[in-house]
Amino acid sequence: MTTKKDINVIAKITEIAKGIYGKIKLIKQPELEMPIRALSNVEYNTEDGYFKQLNNKKTRTLTASTIKTFAQTLRMMNLSKKLIETDDIATKREAYYVSKNWGDARFREQPESDTVMDDIEAMMGVNREQIGFIPGEKGGAVAGKLTVIDIDKETGKELRIDCTKFGAGAYSIPSSVEHLQFETNAKFVLAIETAGMFERLNKHKYWKNENCVIIAMSGVPTRATRRFMRKLSDENKLPVYVFTDGDPYGYFSIYRTLKVGSGNAAHINEFFCVPKAKFIGVTPQDIEDYKLPTHPLKEVDFKKIKDVLNNDPFCLHHKEWQKALKQMAKMRVRVEQQAFSAHSLNFVMEKYLPDKLKNSKTWLP
Amino acid sequence: MVQKSAEELAKKQRDISIAEFFEKNRHLLGFDNPRRSLLTAIKEGVDNALDACEEARILPELNIEVIQLGETRFKIIMEDNGPGIVKEQLPKIFAKLLYGSKFHKLAQSRGQQGIGISAAVLYGQLTTGKPAVITSKTGRNKPAHQLKLKIDTTTNKPDVSDDREIDWSEKDHGTRIEIDLEGSYTKGRQSVDEYIKETAIVNPHATIIYTNPEAQQFIFPRAAEELPAEAKEIKLHPYGVELGTLIKMLETTDAKTLQQFLTTEFVRVGTGTAKEICQNSSLLPNTKPAKFSREMAEQLHNGIQKTKIIAPPTDCISPITNELLEKGLRKEINAEFYCSTTRPPAVYRGNPFIIEAALAYGGEQEGDTTVRVMRFANRVPLLYQQGACAITNSIQNTAWRSYGLQQSKNSLPSGPCTILVHMSSVWVPFTSESKEALAHYPEIVKEIKRALQECGRKLASFVNKKRRIKEEGKKRSYIEKYIPHVADALKELIGLDDINTKKVEDNLYEILEHARGELEEIKIDNPEYDKELAKIGKEQDDNDDNYEDEKEVKTEKPIKERNENKITEEKQKTLI
Repeated sequence: MTTKKDINVIAKITEIAKGIYGKIKLIKQPELEMPIRALSNVEYNTEDGYFKQLNNKKTRTLTASTIKTFAQTLRMMNLSKKLIETDDIATKREAYYVSKNWGDARFREQPESDTVMDDIEAMMGVNREQIGFIPGEKGGAVAGKLTVIDIDKETGKELRIDCTKFGAGAYSIPSSVEHLQFETNAKFVLAIETAGMFERLNKHKYWKNENCVIIAMSGVPTRATRRFMRKLSDENKLPVYVFTDGDPYGYFSIYRTLKVGSGNAAHINEFFCVPKAKFIGVTPQDIEDYKLPTHPLKEVDFKKIKDVLNNDPFCLHHKEWQKALKQMAKMRVRVEQQAFSAHSLNFVMEKYLPDKLKNSKTWLP
Repeated sequence: MVQKSAEELAKKQRDISIAEFFEKNRHLLGFDNPRRSLLTAIKEGVDNALDACEEARILPELNIEVIQLGETRFKIIMEDNGPGIVKEQLPKIFAKLLYGSKFHKLAQSRGQQGIGISAAVLYGQLTTGKPAVITSKTGRNKPAHQLKLKIDTTTNKPDVSDDREIDWSEKDHGTRIEIDLEGSYTKGRQSVDEYIKETAIVNPHATIIYTNPEAQQFIFPRAAEELPAEAKEIKLHPYGVELGTLIKMLETTDAKTLQQFLTTEFVRVGTGTAKEICQNSSLLPNTKPAKFSREMAEQLHNGIQKTKIIAPPTDCISPITNELLEKGLRKEINAEFYCSTTRPPAVYRGNPFIIEAALAYGGEQEGDTTVRVMRFANRVPLLYQQGACAITNSIQNTAWRSYGLQQSKNSLPSGPCTILVHMSSVWVPFTSESKEALAHYPEIVKEIKRALQECGRKLASFVNKKRRIKEEGKKRSYIEKYIPHVADALKELIGLDDINTKKVEDNLYEILEHARGELEEIKIDNPEYDKELAKIGKEQDDNDDNYEDEKEVKTEKPIKERNENKITEEKQKTLI
């Protein structure tokens, strides 16, 4: 089934290809133009609360040194066109394997094909799924007071999934979440960085006592996980609280991407972030307040702090975050979510989280 | 223990003849093993022959023959077309150690002390018991004299056993020497073959015919029809004089006053400078040299060092010139790139000298070994004691990495390269009498390094150019590889037919190739290369135990490998 939106994508791909052909016919160097995918090309739109892409473009002119990528981009566009035409999809990994038929133009490693795919996506200004590619990565895990309403593809009937009934397991967020609907009377969503912490909270049915939904992000949340939480935030008006390790990566790779999006895929940030998310911990101040055991910051951590303080529009906008990062750099230590176990294994559940949730003054924006 | 009286000991104390001294210390003169002895004997003969021809302004023509008589016994015959030697001088020149014309003057020449050829005669006599046979003729209408000579080792006096006039009609003038000696003939970089060849390379004005013990005859024809500029004799420069020499000069001078002594015995000392020296030495200009005490001489010596005296004249040195040096290298090595340089004259200890350097890069040379070093002093190849030589030291202390060669710290660089260095001077400072290694005077090391740096900079620009061209070639093949893919993708994307697809390919070639211009090519272009010449000395000798090019232990990884490690490290970082 080819929808109208899909036809637009096909038309755009063809248009770009024709433009290139036209240049070649005139014996002129063809070019591909795409938005720059970096933090330097976004601004923090405080009104809507996300990183909005600016208009800076990069031009890839066909020369001896760019011809390989150029050929690969065209090949990949062609693959995308075929996928849409046949209403098929390919994972990033699959697309990488398809390239193995391209002889010398094949990709050597998947990161290469991912980059080309991201370029095309940004060039079209659409979501990856719209050009026929889906992420191969696993989405987040969900447990708690939430019923997800999915549709059975075979029968077209509603599928009601009760997230309290997975026992020791959890509901896994699919790669595409747009069609999902929710029923819930939970009070909030708790997004957790590590699967280990999620397991502990799930095992002790933390969500039952607190009447909430818990989601494991396992590092930087995937697009689907971000979109899933965004829908809960928008459609069900649930507050989203974020709980990560106390280090620059947890703050500005995980939390910042979840809340306002990334520089890399800025063209989709509008829909793939949760502007209303709040950071509850672990903050640098918590390290002192809860007397947590720490590890020294590594060279890369200091580098990241410096970089964020200088370049990240989100950080530049929030004095609280600047203060927190400077405090961390001064303390020269980082802390893990699991550090609370030093007090007792369930300290985090019984003391830390309830305390923090009660006192919004200890949060970070 | 029985004590001995001074008188008893005195009975054993007596003169030591220089010849006796040699007998016991022949290694000092380069006669330490049979292989090197053969080379040294020939070397002394060739040095003398070339010096004699040049001094008489005759274009040299040398005939050298080595005949194997027994397993370890050889006869060497060396014949030149020099001016010849008058009969009275023959015994002394060939059979008296430390007799010669070159020790007491300062002029660029191969020989220095007057030891060489008589040492060869002595060595032959010691190892075979046979006298040397010398034939010499001084002019067309004059008879040739033939002498059989030995050295009386206790008195250091010639012992003539046969003396006759012979008919030597094929020569107008010249000298021929035959010595029987113990030796060993081998191939390789320290062989007689190599020595003769290198001599021919740096003496392009000489014709050399050489027959080796395998009866192979090599003819090195003259490449330049002009003799090198005549070596001018200069007087000693005050800065170069040692105290002992100064005392001796004061004793023997004809000058009546100190001032006169200074102006007549030294170069660059006029009345003004002489007076200044006297003042700085707190000595009166009219002091009589004959009345000098040792203390006064020392005062004078110190005074000289305190006085500013202009550098000695440098027109007394004739370098090979960088053109001829490079030409020689072209004959020997088939390379892609040659360059050479002649430094302006410089001075060490009052002796003027000139450094020349040349190098050949790439081509048929092996790339993964240390560079080949060719050392020369006053047109004489230096084959032994490479490690002890100031030339080697200077090469090791030059930063070759920035010039495109690989190099571990303080060692010879490696790469497909040959480095040639020549020093000419009125007095070449060798580390020992065997004259195989230059002494490490700072001024000399500095000049050698400058010459090497000059060549190195030219080398660097060539190596860079070569790399650029290689990269350009890579890019071209890159273009050819991916053009069909661009065309193919377009064909599918917008449904082109085969004709238009072909057109896209053609146009892409035009677009991309046009932007790149002509592709330069680097190849060996060396019509002067002489394959037969290059072969000489190349064969390695199996029992080359004495060979000094110590195989260097490479502790550092080759640069390429290190870079690759770095890249993977960086990759890992970005993945994190």
